[in-house]
Amino acid sequence: MQLIQPQAIQTRIDDFVSEDLYIHLELTNGAYASHFDSSRAPGSVFISNAEIRYTNGSISGTGPYRVGLKTEKGWIYAEGLTHVDEQDNERLILAGHDSMGKLIVALQLSRSPF
Amino acid sequence: MNNKSMDHARILVVLPHPDDEAYFVSGTLAMYIAAGAEVTYACLTLGEMGRNMGVPLIANRTTLPAIRQAELEASCKAIGIQDLRMLGFHDKMIEFEDPALLDQRMESLVKELAPSLVITFYPGYSVHPDHDATGAAVIRTMARLPAAERPVVHSVAFSNGHQQRIGAADAVIDVTPFITVKINSILAHRTQFQEDKVLGSLKPTDAAIRSKYGTERFWTYRFPECKEQPEEAALCCN
Repeated sequence: MQLIQPQAIQTRIDDFVSEDLYIHLELTNGAYASHFDSSRAPGSVFISNAEIRYTNGSISGTGPYRVGLKTEKGWIYAEGLTHVDEQDNERLILAGHDSMGKLIVALQLSRSPF
Repeated sequence: MNNKSMDHARILVVLPHPDDEAYFVSGTLAMYIAAGAEVTYACLTLGEMGRNMGVPLIANRTTLPAIRQAELEASCKAIGIQDLRMLGFHDKMIEFEDPALLDQRMESLVKELAPSLVITFYPGYSVHPDHDATGAAVIRTMARLPAAERPVVHSVAFSNGHQQRIGAADAVIDVTPFITVKINSILAHRTQFQEDKVLGSLKPTDAAIRSKYGTERFWTYRFPECKEQPEEAALCCN
């Protein structure tokens, strides 16, 4: 995983416009959040291999980055993205990690199921 | 300390995530294996939803399953586990699986292996929903067995305040003779545990490490007796 270079990500987002895609979208503060610190409320969601198509999308911010994808009837949004799998040229694998290296957010797009 | 019951020849370990075995039971398993036991480890998931991707990052949500599978295999090799079964369930989703499917997988393992000891999580006291759901599936399955055929179940508990509810562990294992095995098992999960955080600048055999990692605690699960507790009969006698 490498730090996001937003221009390169924008190109990848544009390449996927109007294609049938599978998305993995995830946000998590970890299964142990409230075990280690009772003042922290647990919260996490993921959706895996939902089928989507977007008409336009962009990456925004100065890092950590935001990505918004406008679908035919709604939106997909992720904030906190820091890293990309630079070795995966087929799929767009974006992730956001905290200062400890733990995953906070993932946004992944692929033409075939994950 | 009591390292009693060293005479288990066949042991079944049922835990949901690669690295659960390392942290909670690796020293105990090494002890039993050194005494000649055959250990089957049924690991329900590949921990593919884990948040730790290595320091520096060497994984992502898509590459993590294969990486953690390799880590699991390395950990089992370090411990000496002879038989690893990866059951292929989805990480974080055990509590939402069909209980009948889970129970059927547990039952087939128990029938095939006829273990004298089963090690799992104590349902309700194991923090992670996958831990609780895995332990619950094992306990449900064991409860259906006739008491005479039922293996001993040693369960792991660590939720906040668990001792107020279930008392102290009754099987407390001194694993310091196997501390190096345990540390090697933990460090095999290199995306999850970094050597500098586990050991600092110390060696596995140093006193501080032996003190921190040298004890593994188990609660022998008490199955209700059907005759004395009719309300439990539906659970344990069907």
